[in-house]
Parts: sequence; C-alpha cells; structure tokens
Amino acid sequence: MNPVLFPRTKEMLLSMVKAYPEARFMAGGTDLLVALRQKQKALPPLIGLERMEGMGDILKEGEEISIGAACTLKEVASHPLTRQHLPLLCQGAASVGGPALRNMATLGGNLCTASPAGDTLPALFLLDARLDLLSETGLHTLSMEAFITGPGRTALLPGELLHRIRIPIPQNAPIQHFEKVGNRNAMAIAVASLAALIRMEQGLVAEARLAWGSVGPKVIRSSEAEAALVGKPLREESLKEAAFYAGKAVQPISDIRASADYRKTVSASLLQRLILYRDSDCRGEQS
Amino acid sequence: MSKPPENAPISFFLNGSPLSLSVAPGRRVVDLLREDLPLTGTKEGCGTGECGACTLLVDGLPMLSCLMLAAQLEGRNIETVESLEKDPVGEKLITSFEEKGAVQCGYCIPGMEMTALALLRKHPEADREDIRKGLSGNLCRCTGYVKILDAVEDTAKNLTAPKEMP
Ligand SMILES: Cc1cc2nc3c(=O)[nH]c(=O)nc-3n(C[C@H](O)[C@H](O)[C@H](O)COP(=O)(O)OP(=O)(O)OC[C@H]3O[C@@H](n4cnc5c(N)ncnc54)[C@H](O)[C@@H]3O)c2cc1C
Ligand code: FES
Ligand code: FES
Repeated sequence: MNPVLFPRTKEMLLSMVKAYPEARFMAGGTDLLVALRQKQKALPPLIGLERMEGMGDILKEGEEISIGAACTLKEVASHPLTRQHLPLLCQGAASVGGPALRNMATLGGNLCTASPAGDTLPALFLLDARLDLLSETGLHTLSMEAFITGPGRTALLPGELLHRIRIPIPQNAPIQHFEKVGNRNAMAIAVASLAALIRMEQGLVAEARLAWGSVGPKVIRSSEAEAALVGKPLREESLKEAAFYAGKAVQPISDIRASADYRKTVSASLLQRLILYRDSDCRGEQS
Repeated sequence: MSKPPENAPISFFLNGSPLSLSVAPGRRVVDLLREDLPLTGTKEGCGTGECGACTLLVDGLPMLSCLMLAAQLEGRNIETVESLEKDPVGEKLITSFEEKGAVQCGYCIPGMEMTALALLRKHPEADREDIRKGLSGNLCRCTGYVKILDAVEDTAKNLTAPKEMP
C-alpha cells in the first residue's frame, strides 16, 4: 500500500517529491480519485496539498489578488476579496458541481485538470491570471496561455507544483459576468460557458474581453466579437453582431452532452444574453 | 501477488468522541465507516461524487466520503448521520422529515439531512431558494424533492420562530 503524505512546508513537499518520484499531487481529489478508480489499479503514492502552509489563503498584495492553489472553490466563491474584486471568478467557481464538491475541489485542481469545460478557466484567461509554479529549481511564473497547452494538458513538469494564482485587480469597475449552460442546474459539466469583462465609458463599450469554455480544445476568444462591441452602447443590435463572430470563432465538438451545432448556437446566445446582465454583480456564494 | 496493505495509525473525532485506529491510508472514508466501524447510516450511491448520498460533515462542512481517503481524516472532526438525533438542529430535521413525509426509499436521506444540517447551522434563516441551492448536489430517485424541501424549510421556520412567552 502506497503512502498518502501531507507536507506542511515547501521543504517537506520537495523532499517528498524526491523520495517518491512516481507520486501524484492530490488537492481536493475530486478529479484525481475518480480517474484513478476508473483505472482500477492500486493508488500511486499521493502527496496531499490540503495542509500546505501558504496554499490555502487569499490575499491582497499591492494591486493583485493572490490565491493559494489549494483554496477550495467554496473559499474562492465566498471570500470578501474575490467577491469585491473578482466577481467573474466567483461566478465561475460557484458553477462547479454542488456545495459539498466545492468544499473539496480546489482552484489549483481545476486549472491542473485543464478540462476544456473547467468552469474557472474562462475567467482566469480574461483576468490575465499569472501562475506561480514551484519546483526544485525554484519559482517561475507562467501566463494562462503558456500554462494550458491543450485539452487535459498543462506545462507542468513532473514533480512541479502550482503554488499560487495571482490576478491583477481589474480597474475602472468593468462589468464582470460568467454564465454556464449545462444539462441541468447543478453538478452538470458545461455544454458551453461565457465569461465577459466589459468596461464602459460614457455609455459606450471602451473594452470588451470575451472567453468561451467547453466549445474548443482550449478556452476560445474572438477578437472580432470583442471589436464588434467597442465604441457602441451595450444593446441588442451590437450584441447580435458580435454573436455572429462568436459563432464563427468557436470550434465545438459533438459528444454525449451536446452536438457541435447546439454548442455554436448556445455560444452566440450566451453573448446576446449579456443584455440581461448590464448591471451584473457578484453571484458568488454565501460564506 | 499483491502485498498485504500496510496500515497506519490515524486519530480523529467521530460524532464527538475521539477515535484512534489503524487503517490503510488509501482506504475510502465511506468504506471505513460502513465496513470497518461499521456505521452504515452513510450510503454510497454513485461512488463518483455525483449523487451526494455519502455526504458527511468534516469540520462542519459537507463533504463526499466516496472521494475522501482515510488519511485525510487525521485530526479532523467528523459527523455522520448517526449523530443527528443528538444535535439540536438535527433533531428538528428528523421530526420535520417525518411530519412532511419526505422519505420514500430513504437511500438519499442521510446525505440530504447532513447537507441540510450544515446549511441550517450556518444560515438558520435560509429560505426555500437557499435550501434548493444548498441541496443541489444531492440526488433523490423517489420523492421529486418537493417534500424534502418542505421538510427543510419547516425546520428553518422552527429554528427562527420567536419563542412563545411562558
Ligand atoms: C461530480 C463532479 C462534478 C464536477 N463538476 C464540475 C463542474 O461543473 N465544473 C468543473 O469545472 N469541474 C467539475 N468537476 C471536476 C473537478 O471537481 C474540478 O476540476 C476540481 O476543481 C478539481 O480540483 P481538485 O482539487 O479536486 O483536483 P484533484 O483531483 O486533487 O487534482 C486534479 C489534477 O491536478 C493535479 N493537481 C491538483 N492540484 C495541483 C497543484 N497545486 N499543483 C500541481 N498539480 C495539481 C492532480 O495531481 C490531478 O492530476 C466535477 C467533478 C465531479 C466529481
Ligand atoms: S456516493 Fe459519494 S457522491 Fe455518490
Ligand atoms: S427517497 Fe429514495 S432516493 Fe430519495
């Protein structure tokens, strides 16, 4: 029977990685344990992250919010700092599974799983999250673009840990909205999702950032759709025009949850629905 | 031939009492409870985190015992459905579930009740929408949910109702 280890410090963690090169990191275990059980083999050595110091806290550091990778999605969705500054991320985190799952599943785990349907990914892309990776050779930082290399694939090297997620606080109070369409309200993997960050100036869109999840191998952005909104009021006509480009940009597949055509339609509709959320606020979770 | 499992000592609080035992660290908590202890109130439905039947409270928070390993329990405070009748909120939940007829086969009920317990402890004023969201990770094959929601709402009203003057 392989050990299940719980390091408390970086030093302990790195020495355990050295002692058990075949070990897997386990944060909440909600992806890992399901995947390992499917293989029906004995568990490999596991290095659990739930007791690591400096990986379960959310801090304001200068003009950034810094989130420990082992923070649960419940913490991310309900923390006063994220609710105040990053409602987009709160909404994404609150969309994952049900309440008990969110008490276990972590932000770092959602990122490292790198599923095209990962509900926090579109928000982290739009918010320009920086990811601090820790290994024997020290700390280094990657952008989301560099970290997510494909469906289920990341730039993590063997034994390398995602330590913290750092997010610049968006300036000038942009509209932040995330919406997910699944086959039912809770516990459903997204068929399509949209994260939007829209900065208005004197009633006109000054900047629009849009990212779709679950409709391509990675999170999809569309510069055409973004450009179609800039300089215009946030109204039905401009959203419709942008939605046309959205339908062209996404590259969905058909699977058991939905057909590619349906996903295209939903991607465009999600954008048009932004009209409903012009005054959107954080819909994270109660603490 | 596979090696016999090596057990490791763990200590935690189970339903208020300290407990030390020797267990394979990778054993699932749901198996530890149901097979080793044996506390069979906790149910396993899907085994993959989707149904909520195996919900228990860890340091007061609902978690899924089918996705949790014995080693994770070290130093934690675990509450299972077996402790419900000794809890002031739990006691009211049991009564409301009975009065509202919120049970058919009963399989999902331990998970429902433990989830509701955590919710009402924190938010005794929870309204129907809060309760619906709170229970959104617990599946029931039988009741259609209405009576379950009725029962939890009834418990909440009981908890927040002003005490009658003697
Ligand atoms: C029933 C159910 C419903 C779900 N619904 C959703 C949903 O709606 N939306 C959604 O996005 N996801 C969903 N998921 C997937 C899963 O819960 C999330 O991806 C979750 O965020 C994973 O986090 P975790 O901490 O449990 O990861 P774990 O399972 O612990 O780890 C996942 C992977 O990442 C690695 N890892 C974890 N943390 C680190 C780290 N800090 N550094 C390096 N590697 C690390 C692990 O080794 C493992 O390979 C669901 C899962 C289940 C079981
Ligand atoms: S048995 Fe654990 S969630 Fe279904
Ligand atoms: S009462 Fe049968 S599953 Fe809920």
